[in-house]
Amino acid sequence: MIALDKNRAKTERYVADYEKIEGEIAAHEPIWLHQIRKEAISRFQELGFPTIKEEEWRHTNVTPIVKREFTLAGAAAIDSLPDTIHHVTFPDSDFTQLVFVNGFFSPRLSHLNSLQDGIRVESLAQAIACDANALEPYLSRLGSYEEHPFAALNTALFRDGAYVHIKKGVVARTPIHLLFISTSPKQAVVSYPRTLVVAGAESQATIIESYAGVEGEVYFTNAVTEIAVGENAVIEHYKLQRESAQAFHIANMLFYLDRSSNFASHSISLGGSLVRNNVNAALNDEGIECTLNGLVMAAGKQHIDNHTYIDHARPHCASHELYKNIVDDHATGVFKGKILVRRDSQKTDAKQTNMTLLLSDEASIDSMPQLEIYADDVKCTHGATTGRLDENALFYLRTRGIGKPAAKNLLTYAFANEIINRIRIDAVREQLEQILRERLPFEQND
Amino acid sequence: MLEIRNLHVNVDGKEILRGIDLTIRAGETHAIMGPNGSGKSTLAQVLAGHEAYEITEGVILYEGQNLAELEPEERACAGMFLAFQYPVEIPGVSNTYFLKTALNAIRKARGEEPLDAVDFLALVKEKMKLVHLDEKLLHRPVNEGFSGGEKKRNEIFHMAVLDPKLAILDETDSGLDVDALRIVAEGVNALRDETRAVMVITHYQRLLNYLVPDFVHILAKGRIVKSGGRELALEVEENGYVGLEEPTEVLQPVGY
Ligand SMILES: Nc1ncnc2c1ncn2[C@@H]1O[C@H](COP(=O)(O)OP(=O)(O)O)[C@@H](O)[C@H]1O
Ligand SMILES: [Mg+2]
Repeated sequence: MIALDKNRAKTERYVADYEKIEGEIAAHEPIWLHQIRKEAISRFQELGFPTIKEEEWRHTNVTPIVKREFTLAGAAAIDSLPDTIHHVTFPDSDFTQLVFVNGFFSPRLSHLNSLQDGIRVESLAQAIACDANALEPYLSRLGSYEEHPFAALNTALFRDGAYVHIKKGVVARTPIHLLFISTSPKQAVVSYPRTLVVAGAESQATIIESYAGVEGEVYFTNAVTEIAVGENAVIEHYKLQRESAQAFHIANMLFYLDRSSNFASHSISLGGSLVRNNVNAALNDEGIECTLNGLVMAAGKQHIDNHTYIDHARPHCASHELYKNIVDDHATGVFKGKILVRRDSQKTDAKQTNMTLLLSDEASIDSMPQLEIYADDVKCTHGATTGRLDENALFYLRTRGIGKPAAKNLLTYAFANEIINRIRIDAVREQLEQILRERLPFEQND
Repeated sequence: MLEIRNLHVNVDGKEILRGIDLTIRAGETHAIMGPNGSGKSTLAQVLAGHEAYEITEGVILYEGQNLAELEPEERACAGMFLAFQYPVEIPGVSNTYFLKTALNAIRKARGEEPLDAVDFLALVKEKMKLVHLDEKLLHRPVNEGFSGGEKKRNEIFHMAVLDPKLAILDETDSGLDVDALRIVAEGVNALRDETRAVMVITHYQRLLNYLVPDFVHILAKGRIVKSGGRELALEVEENGYVGLEEPTEVLQPVGY
């Protein structure tokens, strides 16, 4: 109880942040949103920061975040991306790109070239100011922050973010890239990126979220992403997390899937010192196909935690989940994959696989599948493997002339590649291949 | 080229090789024959540098260097090649990608420039023909889902691309039909010249019809119990390994 109270006391700073901005909220935002924010901040106060005594946080201790005094980020006008941030844009692509600095939209760094009819991509703050009615059914209505203190905090404190709306039947020709960068040169800041994607029935689109920061800087990104996928829509989502190795990153992702939709989300976690992703997919009608892929590469003292939750709420849906962790040095990984199959969700086909490669004796993983199945005519499988590099494979590579470090890197790359290969956007896949090859050099000219 | 003197090797504290003496000179092909469990693969793995095999006595010299001082990759870069009895599957690494990485590592060690994609492809195409390797196996992960015969042929393909000075083939012929056997033998024969040497480990004399050795050695219980010329293999074919369990007369093969 003492720890709990201590953590609760630490909420004061954040409540004060809310009070600072509430005047502006009251002046510029619709009443319904102001109401949501009030509820969210008080819910956050009630919940407090989670402790490892709570089941959902047993393996992730957020004390380093709680202890630190982050300054609420304001809009930072910068003319160009810091050149210490590599591999975050897709320079040779025709992607629509929105850039956010510390959570605030930066028109100067964005290019909204040739947006198609029927597709809106804009700053969330602007959408709230101009067209709040369109957002009202979705913004924070989808996801409940009731049980998620960090989601509640984001809901109370976000100032801006991305709003993407794809009209019924519209097929987006190019991916939409939402790039959230943090720059925190003077003081450790906290930012609250917020993304709302509403994909109409029979629409198709690819949404890429990137999170990046300046290497060496300490900051806290607390993000919430809500994606509502309409009937029969086909949506592909990527989350590329390349925060600074000193950064804290907590993300709540909420996916609401409608009848016969096809949704895939790929989550790649490379950066951050303390990272937690909550991925929630609600399969709310029949005939949905949902794919969740994940790759974690943790080294040094990184701690990367993925909690996924797939709710099979209706019959005849399929979910495929493959998460892979590569954990090196003293790093720790956590994977908890919950699949709920409700009583009426007959003919559910759910497959979950979690594979971990431990590259050092000190590296560790906690992998927990959790299947709750209340229907009787279903096909649900899960498998978790944890292992080290195959000594025989390593020897085989070495007998062909490949040095030990390169052989290890090649095998590790191959392990990761199963996830990278599933990425269907060439520019994204190539970028990740490049990043991986830099982290795992095995070619002679490297 | 290779000189093995009084080699004793332990695995898990158990002595498997119990005093092997063998000299292989440039230009020669030596066949090692012997019953199952006699230590043939152990010898091959020791030569390649597998850590599980501990040399307790004796020495192996390769081109005058003490092999024990070289890492497996250094041996490969110095021109040694082992075709595995059981080639290892490498999920996620394409056969060509792997081979290019290996070849360029060896070229670098030799002080040569890495081959670019175009030259590499030309080399691969040429060598592929030599062993009649199906093109689709180039792009698949190394040995994954390959049939037994495809794996063996792939080993010879690797050998042809990496162009070693000393090739050691561990039962590359086992499980092959006659056509595949002939292809494997042709691949090895193409490599043979007066600057290189081959050690071919086999259980059956059949391969030796196509890949004619200069010397044949019979290995039993971790020792070479008999050495001779090509005719020794035929003798084994006739009589099996009966009576060859313990060293009898160690014939000095012709040319020694
Ligand atoms: N890695 C190993 N671990 C334990 N025993 C081994 C290992 N490798 C070989 N042996 C043992 O050494 C002996 C010789 O095996 P091997 O060299 O494979 O014979 P061959 O190739 O002639 O059939 C066998 O008794 C085998 O069980
Ligand atoms: Mg053997």
